[in-house]
Amino acid sequence: MGRYVVRRLIQAIPVVLGATLLIHAVVFALPGSPAVARAGADGLPPGAAALLREHYRLGEPFLVQYGHYLAGLFRGDLGVTFAGVPVADLMAGRFQVTVNLVVTALVVEAVAGVGLGLYGALRYGGAQDALVLGVTLVLISVPALVTGFVLQLLLGVRLRQAGVGLFPVAGIAEGWRGYLLPGFVLAASSIAYLARLTRAGLLEALRAGYIRTAVAKGLSRRRVVGLHALRNMLIPLITYLGADLGTLMGGTVITETIFNLPGVGRQLADSIHLREQPVIVGTVTFLVLVYILANLVVDLLYAVLDPRIRHE
Amino acid sequence: MSDARVPAGRGDGFPGPSGRPWPPVPPVPPGPPAPSRPASLGNDAWNDLRRRPLFTGSAFLMGIFLVMSVFPQLFTSVDPYDATTCVLAEARQGMSEFHWFGTDNLGCDVYARTVHGARNSVVVGGATAVLTALAGGSLGLVAGFRGGATDTLLSRLTEVFFAIPAVLGALLLLTIFRTGEVWTVVAALAVLAWPMTFRITRVEVITVRAQEYVVAAEALGASAARIMFRHILPNAVTPVIVISTVNVGGFVAAEAGLSFLGVGLRPPDVSWGLMIADARGRFLEAPEPLLFPALFLSLTVLAAIMLGEAVRDALAPKPR
Repeated sequence: MGRYVVRRLIQAIPVVLGATLLIHAVVFALPGSPAVARAGADGLPPGAAALLREHYRLGEPFLVQYGHYLAGLFRGDLGVTFAGVPVADLMAGRFQVTVNLVVTALVVEAVAGVGLGLYGALRYGGAQDALVLGVTLVLISVPALVTGFVLQLLLGVRLRQAGVGLFPVAGIAEGWRGYLLPGFVLAASSIAYLARLTRAGLLEALRAGYIRTAVAKGLSRRRVVGLHALRNMLIPLITYLGADLGTLMGGTVITETIFNLPGVGRQLADSIHLREQPVIVGTVTFLVLVYILANLVVDLLYAVLDPRIRHE
Repeated sequence: MSDARVPAGRGDGFPGPSGRPWPPVPPVPPGPPAPSRPASLGNDAWNDLRRRPLFTGSAFLMGIFLVMSVFPQLFTSVDPYDATTCVLAEARQGMSEFHWFGTDNLGCDVYARTVHGARNSVVVGGATAVLTALAGGSLGLVAGFRGGATDTLLSRLTEVFFAIPAVLGALLLLTIFRTGEVWTVVAALAVLAWPMTFRITRVEVITVRAQEYVVAAEALGASAARIMFRHILPNAVTPVIVISTVNVGGFVAAEAGLSFLGVGLRPPDVSWGLMIADARGRFLEAPEPLLFPALFLSLTVLAAIMLGEAVRDALAPKPR
C-alpha cells in the first residue's frame, strides 16, 4: 500500500505542473501586455509602464516567469485584485460556503443516485425500472440553469407562499436549509449518471458467481445485495464521485449565482461582470488545484477499499 | 428480412466451415418486398432505429430545432434583431394572442427571440461536437495505433486537461479571449472537451487493434494507413459517434451557461443563456421570459441526449 501511495503522489506532480503551465501560458503568453491592458484606452506614462513591466517580470523569458508564478502559488499567492487585495484573502471567507455546497451536493448525489440505481436494478425490466431510466434522462437533460430557476420559483417562492417555508428562496441566512435546494440543483445531472452506473453495476454483480453462492447458502436478499453485491461494485462508484467533483466545482458558478450563495463560484461570476481578470485567473487556478488534490484523496481511498491495491 | 441476412457465399457450391458444400438456399417465399440494400451493421442499425420511439421522437425534435436554426422566419415574422419591434410600454406582459410567450424587460417578443436563439445553440452544439470528434478521434486513433512514446505523450497531455474542470477552463479561456463571438465559444469548448473523445477512441482502437482480422491484415503486408482506415476506424468509430451525439447536448447547455455568466455570446446576439440572464432580475413577477428559453434549451439538450442513446442502443451488438 505504501508503494501505491508514493506512486500516486509522484504521478500527481506532472499533472499539477502541466495544469498550471497551461493556465500560465494562456494568461501570460498572449500578445500584448497586461500592463498596457490595465491602463485602458488612454495609455500609460512610460515610467508607470516600466514599473508594471518590472513588477510582472514581463521582460523575462517565459519559463522564468512560470517559475516565479509557480513559486508564488506554493506560497499561497494567487495574485492581487485591481484594488490591491490578495485574491487568497478574498477566498478565505467564501471557500467554506462552496465546500458546504459541494459536500451537500455530494451527499444528495450519493444517496439519491445510488438509491435510484438500486431501486431500478432490483426491479429490472419492470415499470419502475423504466421510470428510473426516464427520471435519469430528464435529470441529465435539464441544465442546472433551468432546474435552478424553476425549483427556486416552485419550492422557494410558491411553496413558501403556500405556507411551507422549508426552502429559502436564496442566500444562507437560514443556515443549512439554504444549501438543500442549490445542492440538489448542482447534483441533478450527476445523480442521474450515478444512478445509471449503480443500476448497471448491480445488474452485473448479481450475475456473478459469488452472488449465486451467497444465495445458495441461504443468505437473505438484503444481505446478498447490501453486503456482497454492493461492496464489490463500490469502486466504480467512488471513481465516478471523485471525477465528478470537478463538474460540481465548475457548477458552483451558476448554482451560487442563481441562489445567491456568497461562495467562490459567486465571486467568480461577480469578477466576470467587473472584468477583474486577476481574480478570475486566481480563483480558477485555486479550484483546479483543489480538484487535483481531491482526486488524489479519492485515489488513496481506493487503497483502503480495494484489497487488491492494499496488498500490492 | 430473413433472406437479407443470408451470408454471402451460401448456396454457391463453395465449401462451408465444415468442408461440405453449403446446402442450397431455399427459394424466397413471396411476401413483403425484401430490402434492396444488403444487410450491414449500418443498415441493420437503421432498420432497428426506425422502429424505436426514442429515436423517432428525438430525431423529430432535433429536426424541428435544425429547421428553426436555419429558417427562423418560418416560425415567426418578427425580427428580434430589429429593435423597432420592441415596445417598452408593453414590457413584461404575460402570454397573449399577440405575444405567445409574452414580452421581456424591454418589451420585445419572447417567442421571436426564443425561435431565433436556436441558431446559436445549434451552431455551438454541432460545431463543437464535430471539432472534438475530429480532433479527439484522430489523435486517439494515432495514439491507440502507434502506441509507445506517441501514446504515452498524448495520454499524459490529456491527463493535464482532465485536471481542469471544463466549465472553469472555458470561463478562463473566454475571459481572456473576450470576443463574444460564436466561434470563440466553439473553440474554447472544443479545446477543453477533446480529451474525453480521445480517451474513448484510444481505448476502442487498442481493443480493435488486437483483433485477428487486424493481425491478419498486418501479416498480409497491408500499409499502416490501410490498416488504420480500412480495418480499425470502421470498427472503432461507433462509440465516437455516440459520445459526440450526446456531447451536442452538453455543449448546448454549456453555451447557455457561459452566455448566462457573461463570457459567452453577447448582446445583440440572441442566445437562450442571455435571455435567461436578462429575465433573471424580474423572474419572480414575470417568469415567462425566463421559462420559455429555458424550456427550449432543455428540449434541445434532451433531443441530443436521446438521439445519442438511441444510436448507441441500435449500434450495440445484439444477441440474435
